[in-house]
Amino acid sequence: MSSLRILVGVKRVVDSAVKVRVNSAQTGVETANVKHSMNPFDEIAVEEAIRLREKHGKDVVQEIIAVSCGPAKAQETLRTALAMGADRAIHVKTDDNLEPLSVAKLLSKIVGEEKPSLVILGKQAIDDDSNQTGQMLAGLLNWPQATFASKVDIKDGVLEAVREVDGGLETVSSSLPAVVTTDLRLNEPRYASLPNIMKAKKKPLKTVSPADLGVDIRSRLQTLKVTEPAKRQGGKMVASVDELLDKLRNEAKVL
Amino acid sequence: MAEARLPLRYRDYCAHLLIPLNKCRHRTITTAPTQTTSSLHSLSEDEQMMKDAVSRFARETVQPLVSQMDEAEQMEPSIIKGLFEAGLMSVETPAKYGGSEASFTSAILVIEELAKVDPSVSVLCDVHNTLVNTVFRTYAGQHLKDKYLPMLSEDKLGCFCLSEAASGSDAFALQTRAVKDGDHYVLNGAKMWITNSAEADIFLVFATVDPSLGYKGITCFVVERDMGVQIAKKERKLGIRASSTCQLSFDDVRVPAANVLGEVGKGYKIAIEILNEGRIGIAAQMLGLAQGAFDCALPYLFQRKQFGSYIGDFQGMQHQYAQIAVDIEAARLLTYNAARLKEEGKPFAKEAAMAKLYASQVAERASSRAVEWLGGVGFTRDFPAEKFYRDCKIGAIYEGTSNIQLQTIAKFLSKEYKA
Repeated sequence: MSSLRILVGVKRVVDSAVKVRVNSAQTGVETANVKHSMNPFDEIAVEEAIRLREKHGKDVVQEIIAVSCGPAKAQETLRTALAMGADRAIHVKTDDNLEPLSVAKLLSKIVGEEKPSLVILGKQAIDDDSNQTGQMLAGLLNWPQATFASKVDIKDGVLEAVREVDGGLETVSSSLPAVVTTDLRLNEPRYASLPNIMKAKKKPLKTVSPADLGVDIRSRLQTLKVTEPAKRQGGKMVASVDELLDKLRNEAKVL
Repeated sequence: MAEARLPLRYRDYCAHLLIPLNKCRHRTITTAPTQTTSSLHSLSEDEQMMKDAVSRFARETVQPLVSQMDEAEQMEPSIIKGLFEAGLMSVETPAKYGGSEASFTSAILVIEELAKVDPSVSVLCDVHNTLVNTVFRTYAGQHLKDKYLPMLSEDKLGCFCLSEAASGSDAFALQTRAVKDGDHYVLNGAKMWITNSAEADIFLVFATVDPSLGYKGITCFVVERDMGVQIAKKERKLGIRASSTCQLSFDDVRVPAANVLGEVGKGYKIAIEILNEGRIGIAAQMLGLAQGAFDCALPYLFQRKQFGSYIGDFQGMQHQYAQIAVDIEAARLLTYNAARLKEEGKPFAKEAAMAKLYASQVAERASSRAVEWLGGVGFTRDFPAEKFYRDCKIGAIYEGTSNIQLQTIAKFLSKEYKA
């Protein structure tokens, strides 16, 4: 098998354990002084890249590059990726709000420069739940895509992935290069061990700007308002199936 | 380095008391002109990453096993293996020996984060890092470093054997004997209260080569388990039950002379100096325990309602948990400050004693309150509070009793203030 380079996208998001609150301006979620960490699906993406390298050897998986688009603090997330086992990192630095299309455009430019054979992204970020970047990137590059992957392997230059879809599991195969987005059951990410965290300091981390890549990252969407969902009311006990149907039809209006 | 000018009134005060200014040593502040000062909450990026990694390890790997390990009074081998694999057993060890080559504060953070979940696991990691590894790194000859540091980083657990039945606080009254026999020493005696000993492979044993020399006969030996160390008894304890605490017996155990760590007769120095840093480690363990107890109880105060209000909103409760939070913060600052002083190469023994003393007291107050705040459920073994309460007691006892800490602090103070 000829050697591959894998590009993994990672995003710094509010930690999944945090109880988020809407900010006072109602423009979004409060992020100041709130714990952030790597998007859980991106951890799975990094882990999968490392497992592919462990399975096929360093001759086949030549290099794993971690990329993140965001403010200065995105470097923390890149360092975590390096500590997990990525070889080098690229930081596309911007303080502007990034939409999936902008990220896809930035990544496609990086793909043009780095020429990976495989791009692995998390299926969605837990802050915006967009589930668009991977698909848009594949579209921009005109590459095949395997989204919601719960199993990934490469055999003789062919990508084979099992996708979790509404109907069940779908197995697809495609040529390389390709884009894969990870689903929860793909793997369980490793902890960055302390020695690896220290080694990560010495791994290269390059910073570029969207302007360097010649990408226009202006938002196409404007968020008008963000509010908390309606407070959950207590449940009601029903005496019979008919009563349940009546309530679903007439009160909850979901039937 | 510029000496800061003492405020005018202090100068007058010293003159008033007829104390020469140059004797008011504790008020001398020297700062490098370009040094930036920061709060004790500031951690380097590496330290923050390590803290997060350990916190996660503790929550995901240790937490599920805490209760069963306590009931069984047994450390799960998978936890010890996990600690080694995560690199938590060689935090400060140089990379060439397989370690993380990180700062002392990193080790302190590791111990604290583990203790928030299980003080037993924390002490296992603490003894191995701050006592065993550090003794090898600081005092061992190259041949011993090259042989043992990699083992201690990879998978061999260490323990520190100083105390005996007749010598605890009076450590130098130890009686374990080492007699030279050709190119070996023959060890005879018994040790007591040895943490990690049931699972350890490497024992740092303090024995005297000549009782007539008093403490100047004390020598540190590196003893491997298969040289003949025997576990005489495993103690059944009030707390930190998963941590093995055993009586050891040495019956004509032959140790190669090459395994003398440091110099013959200089073991007492190793013991005193290492226990100074070990103190900060225990302070970190007690700090983590206090925080863990606090964190397990507080959410409950805002779930439990009585008389129509959350019990956390009653002023009596508010005053109690606010006070405990202050105590924990103070213990944290004492501990982190002692760690930073050590890193800076400054004298830290007094501050280390203060940190250990205070943190163990705070651990007791915090865990006791946590049980009360949880009410009836706090008294059951289904909730973590009662374990923290049982675990805290050892903090005032091992690695220097609270009375010894007070003694140490008083000694420093009398040196500072005696004319």
